[in-house]
Amino acid sequence: MGDKTMTAEEVVSRLASGMTLGIGGWGSRRKPMALVRALLRSGIGDLTVVSYGGPDVGMLAAAGRIRKLVTAFVTLDSVPLEPHYRAARERGGFELTEVDEGMFQWGLRAAAQRLPFLPVRAGIGSDVMRVNPELRTVTSPYADGETFTAMPALRLDAALVHVNRADRLGNGQCLGPDPYFDDLFCEAADAAYVSCERIVDTAELTKAAAPQSLLLKRLAVTGVVEAPEGAHFTSCAPEYGRDEEFQRLYTATPWPEFTGRFLGGDEAGYRTAVREWRKGRER
Amino acid sequence: MRAGRAEYCVIACAEAWRGAGEILASPMGLIPSLGARLARLTFAPDLLLTDGEALLVRPDGTPEGWLPYRQHLELVAGGRRHVMMGASQLDRYGNQNISCIGDWERPRRQLLGVRGAPLNTLNNPTSYWVPRHSRRVFVERVDLVCGVGYDRAAGLGAAARFHRIVRVVTDLGVLDFATPDHSMRLVSVHPGVSVEQVREATGFPLAVPDEVPCTREPGAAELRLIREVLDPDGARSREVPEGAGG
Repeated sequence: MGDKTMTAEEVVSRLASGMTLGIGGWGSRRKPMALVRALLRSGIGDLTVVSYGGPDVGMLAAAGRIRKLVTAFVTLDSVPLEPHYRAARERGGFELTEVDEGMFQWGLRAAAQRLPFLPVRAGIGSDVMRVNPELRTVTSPYADGETFTAMPALRLDAALVHVNRADRLGNGQCLGPDPYFDDLFCEAADAAYVSCERIVDTAELTKAAAPQSLLLKRLAVTGVVEAPEGAHFTSCAPEYGRDEEFQRLYTATPWPEFTGRFLGGDEAGYRTAVREWRKGRER
Repeated sequence: MRAGRAEYCVIACAEAWRGAGEILASPMGLIPSLGARLARLTFAPDLLLTDGEALLVRPDGTPEGWLPYRQHLELVAGGRRHVMMGASQLDRYGNQNISCIGDWERPRRQLLGVRGAPLNTLNNPTSYWVPRHSRRVFVERVDLVCGVGYDRAAGLGAAARFHRIVRVVTDLGVLDFATPDHSMRLVSVHPGVSVEQVREATGFPLAVPDEVPCTREPGAAELRLIREVLDPDGARSREVPEGAGG
């Protein structure tokens, strides 16, 4: 059994411009931000990003790395509107496939199950059909004859997710109350990269936690990255909440300034810059 | 005890869940949340509530179940839920927009996105909460249909069999769609609000019955719950100030 541990840089070296990239989490919750930061440091762009969007989308949009976005929303939760996403949309910054939250989930399921689509009672009747003219409907072959949206599979070249623990083989553990859709992202992808707060021995995973917390199976995981505070500034329950103060700073700081101050160096440099900022506030 | 405007709004929201039975109440926003919890504590004791995250909780916060987002979306499809959403725009047939203002291709103002509105409106009863009743919200045509209204549902056949918009609660009154063509109707005004004021703040002709009653008075026990248990800090009055719309 192979050791799948790698660095965030190695993950990014396996990605390429033009790829379809799924990003786990939800809004400003348990986003694989360390991997997103590594992606931002690379020259990779022209991406199709598939995400229940938060600052992952905002940052990649601000940096001009997105060619096309597939989403149901982009939000920072406690700050309802993501400023960089908003600015990018208002200047026509990229293509958008805007679907319903449920359609999105059904699309991931279809991809994970190698189905071309799944029927869903959502989309039809709304302007989701108008703004996505490629969407088709399907009629039940049974007596009811109901017509549904045929949500196409959201197949991904790669998925990036962040969880609490993982072993070196790629078994990933979510200790917070909501797994979001991270296992589906991994199963829908040709390659899945998992960052985690801490890499532990396999036996350690279930010492103090129920087996239901073992969200990601190694057969669907390609690489494991240890990234403490790897979801910062989004939440990673139960280990830390959202860094609301820092998120406010992010929303209030022009992108070039934010990049210069926090994203100029590597992940260790980011953590140092955040620590410095925090110290400055306490003085 | 005299009730304030925000408290009439809480009561009007709570009433959306009267008789709903053992289903999930999904309020979005502060006043709908107070309404759902008030309903749960009084006349709708079988309701289920979430903590806004992955837990089903009693009104005091005690967990009683697990409902991560993936299950929440599947529960919507199963229909055992009544959601009260916000609306950036709403038209006379209840088409709702929360996605963007202006042309979708390049919006003048990007908002949240369609979120779960297309799924919600075709699968479980839906109500809306509008904290500031105005012509900016109540428009002739919404810029992007997220939540499906009655005119569009009428063309969907069997796919719309679970479509139902129960009520629209605003800082001025309560509206519903109980007219022959399912266009919006004024049901009640909150005390201190005139029918003319509602008409003036609505960007399309509203069905208005000859007699428009006032929104019902909260009972003393309900007022006590709102003021002492559910919202002791008075956050409700920051969402709907006294004399709103006046």
